[in-house]
Amino acid sequence: MVDFGGWDMPQQYSSIRDEHLAVRQVAGLFDVSHMGRFRVAGDSCVEFLQGLLTNDLALLVHGQAQYNLMCNEQGGVIDDLVVYRGSEGFFVVVNASNREKDLEWMRSLAPKDIEVEDRTFELGLLAFQGPRSEDLLPCEGLDQIPYFGFGQGDVAGIHALISRTGYTGEDGFELFISSDKVGDAWDAILEHGRSAGVLPAGLGARDATRLEAALRLWGNDMDETVNAYEAGLGWTVKLDKGDFIGREALQRVKAEGPRRQLVGLKLQPGDIARHGAAVSAGGRPIGVVTSGTHSFFLGYPIALAMVQARSLQVGDTASVEVRGRDAGADVVKLPFYRGSARSLSEKKESRHGRPSLHQDA
Amino acid sequence: MADRRYTKTHEWVTVDGKHATIGITDFAQSQLGDVVFLELPSAGRKLASRETFGVIESVKAASDLYAPVAGRIAEVNEKLASKPELINSDPYGEGWILKLELSGDLPSDLLDEAEYKKVTEASAS
Repeated sequence: MVDFGGWDMPQQYSSIRDEHLAVRQVAGLFDVSHMGRFRVAGDSCVEFLQGLLTNDLALLVHGQAQYNLMCNEQGGVIDDLVVYRGSEGFFVVVNASNREKDLEWMRSLAPKDIEVEDRTFELGLLAFQGPRSEDLLPCEGLDQIPYFGFGQGDVAGIHALISRTGYTGEDGFELFISSDKVGDAWDAILEHGRSAGVLPAGLGARDATRLEAALRLWGNDMDETVNAYEAGLGWTVKLDKGDFIGREALQRVKAEGPRRQLVGLKLQPGDIARHGAAVSAGGRPIGVVTSGTHSFFLGYPIALAMVQARSLQVGDTASVEVRGRDAGADVVKLPFYRGSARSLSEKKESRHGRPSLHQDA
Repeated sequence: MADRRYTKTHEWVTVDGKHATIGITDFAQSQLGDVVFLELPSAGRKLASRETFGVIESVKAASDLYAPVAGRIAEVNEKLASKPELINSDPYGEGWILKLELSGDLPSDLLDEAEYKKVTEASAS
């Protein structure tokens, strides 16, 4: 067990390798109940959240979810989050380590009619992720839920809010279930999928799969000192939607071009680039590794690095400090791997003409 | 195995006459998680007791490997280059790391099974 944002979380249940491969080839079940969950309600909740977040909530109708950033006045990322539009108000899922900070920030800016309610401890959250997740989740009607859509349903007879979202690059579902029932749902889902190869998956597999999909991890790949464009998340910034916190700064960054960029690196087997490792090119220091791991699925180590803008492009080679020496790395296109969520996002794009979560700058 | 001895840094050693086999303990592999790579020396190199002789990379971290005894490296487990996971599946058997020709006496601070167990219980809590 490891401490993760104040929660005791399993790094692995059996083996990170087996759990990682299960998510890529069949499906894996993650307990992500540590993530913060808020309900935002009130007459002016659309205007309130529009002023706080970078993406355009006017694009969302009831039953849809959206990836979003909450930025400070400098355009730095306070947190990345997913916003769900319900029939009355919104539901917001934030990073565990930022829950209290986000809650304080949102409440400090909320007008009188807005209520920001922390529901983290009333609801459990499970993520069932993998190419076979639709077949193997014991639930009817999943084919009716589009990518980044959500609805109500019964999972193994237990009431759940089911959203077709995730953090692995695979097709999959996130299930909001009342805390007193979530343990039963966990057991039933694993029992139902066991013979097909479904495994419970821990933080190790979660980190490896999200990194292959180049999904940013707040605290590693970005934080309040990294702006949305530097993090490669400019597609979530809708400068034309009206005013929001950070808009002015972000407009300037967009006009001048970001000073740093996030790039993908592929390393030689055994050369695992860890968070904070120095990156150089042509003998000149240009940045640091923000996330790195060995990908059991791809068979080589991968890393994200924050480097000076225009210092590297796809096809270039760079040097990364590994165990006190310089290891060669190839700059590769992001994401490192496109899982089964790809076909879904393409379907969705054609329907709504909107970019998907997996689009990379 | 009665003649297997341990170090506080979680290596093990078995001795047969002038020959020693070394590896990392079951506790060490379980703490490291899946091993993905080992950086190992070549046969012929002389190691002092407590000398760092290599690095083991798991998904979680890179850790130094220390020689539990002094000697010249007679053999390196070549299988680990392609199958580092042997360290996880069979740390005391197929997952051995080096064979040494011993030089000098065994260090006096090697631990027996019961003593090592106490070390692991202390670091697990």
